Order: sequence, then C-alpha cells, then structure tokens
Amino acid sequence: MSENATNPAVMETRAEGTGRILLFRGALDATAAARLWPEALRAARGAGPLRLDLSGVTQLDTAGAVLLLRLEAVAGRAEWQGLPPGPLQALLDRTREALAKPVPRPPAPLPFLGRVGEAVWNQGRQALTRIAFLGEALVAGFGTLRHPWRLRGSEVLRHLDEAGLRAFGLTALLGFLIGLILAFQSSIPMRQFGAEIFIPNLVGISLLRELGPLMAAVILAGRTGSAYAAELGTMTVNEEIDALRIMGIDPIAWLVLPRLLAAMLVMPVLSLLMDLSGLLGMTTVMMTLGFPPIAVIHQLQAWVRLKDLIGGLAKAAAFGLAIGLVGCRAGLSAGRGPRAVGDAATSAVVGGIVSIVVLDGIFAVLFFRLGW
Amino acid sequence: MVETRDAEAVIRVRDLAARFDGRTIFERVSFEVRRGEVFVILGGSGCGKSTLLKHMIGLYEPAEGGIEILGERIDRMQGAARTALLRRIGVMWQSGALFGSSTLQENIEVPLEEHTGLPPEARALVARVKLGLVGLSDAAGRLPAEISGGMAKRAGIARAMALDPPILFLDEPSAGLDPITSAGLDALIRQLARDLGTTFVVVTHELQSILAIGDRCIMLDKEARGMIAEGDPRRLREESENPVVRAFFRREVLS
Repeated sequence: MSENATNPAVMETRAEGTGRILLFRGALDATAAARLWPEALRAARGAGPLRLDLSGVTQLDTAGAVLLLRLEAVAGRAEWQGLPPGPLQALLDRTREALAKPVPRPPAPLPFLGRVGEAVWNQGRQALTRIAFLGEALVAGFGTLRHPWRLRGSEVLRHLDEAGLRAFGLTALLGFLIGLILAFQSSIPMRQFGAEIFIPNLVGISLLRELGPLMAAVILAGRTGSAYAAELGTMTVNEEIDALRIMGIDPIAWLVLPRLLAAMLVMPVLSLLMDLSGLLGMTTVMMTLGFPPIAVIHQLQAWVRLKDLIGGLAKAAAFGLAIGLVGCRAGLSAGRGPRAVGDAATSAVVGGIVSIVVLDGIFAVLFFRLGW
Repeated sequence: MVETRDAEAVIRVRDLAARFDGRTIFERVSFEVRRGEVFVILGGSGCGKSTLLKHMIGLYEPAEGGIEILGERIDRMQGAARTALLRRIGVMWQSGALFGSSTLQENIEVPLEEHTGLPPEARALVARVKLGLVGLSDAAGRLPAEISGGMAKRAGIARAMALDPPILFLDEPSAGLDPITSAGLDALIRQLARDLGTTFVVVTHELQSILAIGDRCIMLDKEARGMIAEGDPRRLREESENPVVRAFFRREVLS
C-alpha cells in the first residue's frame, strides 16, 4: 500500500511435478490484476496442484487479492507461499473473509403464465388508480365549487403564467410556420386547377377545427404536462405529498386543482393564438401568390363559421384538462428514486398526447352527430 | 490511536480563502493532514465545513491560496493528470449520492469499470469485498431507495473505497443516524484507518464522533470566518481558551 511508484506486477508460470507454480513479482494492484487476469486464470485452470509464490509482491490491493483468491477457487485449492505476515497478509485475509459472506440469491423468475398474470394484475391496478384519481379530482373539484375561496388563486395565476404567457412565443412561431407550410403545400396542387383562392378555406377550417387545438395541446403536453409530472414526482419522492396529507391538507385540492384549472383556462387562449398566427402565415403565402389580404379575409368570412372556432376552443379546453390530469397523476404516482421522476415526465407527455388524440376522435363523432 | 507525529503530510492547505459573490465564507485557512490519520474538520452549522471539503477535492476553485494533495496542486490540475489524482481519493457524500437507478453492487462497480480494465467477473468480486467490508453483503442487489440512511452512508463509503484510494473524504458520516449506527460507523472508520492505513478527512459536527475517531482536528467558525483551533480534539476540549471552542466541546450555550 506504499505510495512509492513501484514496478507493475509480472507473473511467471513454472511446472512442478503434476502441478504448477505461479510466481508474482512487483505491485499487484488493480491495473496489474486487470492485465494478468485472463492469463492467470488460464494457467490456474486444470493445472493440478497449484502453488502461489508471492515472495516478490511489493504491493497488494483489493483487486490483486481478489485475483489471487479467484485463482485458488478455480484450481480447487492452492498452496500459498512467500507472503510476509503484515499488512499484505491482513488485506488478503480480510478479502477472503468478505468474499466468504453469503450472497443473497435473486428471486427465481416467474413461469410464463405467472408473468402474464402479473402483467394483467399490474395493468388492472393501474387502471383502478387512474379511475380513483379521476374520482378524487372530481370530488375535490366539486368541493371547490362549493367553497371557491379555498382555491389558491396565487397558485392558479403562477401556473397560468408558466403554462400560458411563457408559451406564447413558441405557440405563435409554430402557428405561423404551420399556416405557412399548409398554405404553401396546398397551393401546389390547387394551382393546377386554378383554385388558389380556396386555400384560405382549406387552411382556415383545418386550423380552427383540428390543427390549432391539437398543436397547442401538443405544446402544452410537452412543456407543461411534463413539468407538472416532474414537479409533483419530485415532491412525492421527497415525501412532501405525505407531509401535506398529514397536515390535513388534501394534495388534490392544494396541488392538482390549481394546475388543472390553469391548464384548462390557458388552452383556449393558446389555441386561439395558434389559429390567428396560422392564418397570418397563410395570408403571407397568399400575398406572394398575388392575393391581397382583403381577398383572404373575405374568403374566410364567407366560408369559416363561428362554430368552427367555438368548437375548436371548447375542444382545446377539454384537451387542457386531460393533459393536466394525466400529468398530475403521473407525478403523484411516481415511484422512488431519480429514474421515477423521469418515468413520470415521460408518461405524462406520452399519456397526454395519446389522450388528446383519443379525445379528438370522440369530439369528431360528437360534432358530426350534433351537425356542427 | 495511530502514531502520526512523524508521518509525512499527504494534504497541505495553504492560506485558503473561499468567497461566493463577494461574500467571504472563510479565509487564511492553513493546515496539513498526515498519512494514516483521521483528520476532522469541525464547526457549527454554516461555518463552511462542507465548502472547505469541496475545495479540498477540487470541486470549487479557491479564491486565494492552494491545496496540495499527495504532492500535487489539485486546484491547478487539468485533464488526465487531474483524473489520475482523483483516482487516488475517494469521497463519501453527505447523503450517500448513490446512483438511484443502479443497485449497490453496480454503484461500486462504476469507478472500477471506468478506471481499471478489470473483467466483469473481477469487478463483481471486488464490489462484493467492499460491501463485505462495510457489512452490506446481503444488500448487494438492493436499490439505494430501498435501504436505510445508515446503509446508504456505508454503501457510500464502500463506493468511495472501490479503487483502494490512500485518502478518503467523508462529509458528515454520522449526521442523521441513530447513536448505535453512528457509533458503528465510527468504529468502521477507525478500523479502516488502522487496517488499510487510509488517511481520512472527516467533516462533522457530532461531538461524540469527533472524540471517538479524530486524531487531529481543525475548527472553523462562522463569525471568525476561518480557523479558530487546531490540534487533538481531546486536548482542545480540556485546554482551549477560546470561548467558542469551549462552548462547542462542552455543549454550552454561547453567551
């Protein structure tokens, strides 16, 4: 264990009767042990009686001691020779003692049928906790309707700022680009029929009814849903949620409702911003095609109805609620450790996007039935 | 106690000052740590003990002065030379800082995998030896979230020792532990210092711990913004004239 730079260990193999002698010289540290490991193990395997001559060893560390003990284990038994009593011998003894402690066996893997059953059981329990969470949120929500002063207004404002105001730039930019791209792409085939004047109809209706709310929801899921999950997940890991419960404060009412409300209120605004900036992008393309803005506005006024916009904004609010619910649930049901927080954020984004697409499908059927 | 009077200094801290945003945490801190001793950095909360430790392991850059570890200036080193020096020290962090998504065994294998060419079989065996040394053989396959605070500290020591470093730094090893676990950890530190000849630098404010393990100590003080005492803790307790040192060792309220 001396600090002095000494020569790295070398190994020499000699035959002795039916067996072998392995001679080590120099500093047998981790680097030397790593270098000698394969060669030494080969030499020790099936060598008959093994003798380990350590009279030339000047240094030994845990890795070196592990190598020597491994050689002994591979050979079945070994005769030790030359190691002076003292720190090196003590290290070897301590290593031998530590290795002799029993290793816990990992539990045996389940049979195939068992794995299937376990998966079904886990999925079922997950589904139950989702429904339970929805129920808890509903109860807390109705409770707040009856006692609106219990809602933490400052918290709602903070989340409105974080989920809404700070997303304005990104939403406007993405909306403008989407409008631009849609208009440009559709202008190519429509020009063949001389139907460029109908581009505002196409882009306007698809933006207001579908793309505006959907794109805004994807932004919200990526920015805010994941943030909810990470924040609440960290709070869960740090036992802050338990602390709230023990103080007699319902974490759903205290933490989840302000976030849900903020997500729900902010989505129609983001969606409207997306729509408007998209239309602006489309108008830009139309102007390069030679149509004045007034023609675009006239076309929109004639063909895009108010209920297209209202329907889109209503959908957006529902998307916001879904993203908030999925994000908060992912955070509150996070497991332990840093990976759990990452998993919660991932499942918030993935679950959020899946849920808005499913909701969108339901809305499509609903609007069709209503004749919207 | 190990006789350390004649041993050479493995760490030299000279005129060290720490400042953050113009606020001085401490200045003019100078001391030496000798080979094989358990050196304790003590002081009340907020006096800069952990900051001093982070300077000593090269995590923070000193505002003034310098730190020499095993004859090399850690605060001035870069690249491969710095990595080579860092291989020769081990650090146990205050909360263990175990990697949460790996088992204890895998945690200890991390430095072995990065810094030695040992084959997987050898790494697993070395990790088992280290866990055995700190009495955690049974918990090799557990995740850090599944073990108690005392076990996490011991696993932290095992990981710090993975490469058999000649110097180990321990940040608050007994904070937040029950007296029995804490005494067990103290005994472990003494045993490792005696058996392996490892030098320990321990940051703590646990009086019992200081008296049980410390060969020598320095005491930092928030008001004085620096060192107010240096020497054998048992002697300081009996002989120091400084009111803060006396209050600390006798658990008195400072008037």
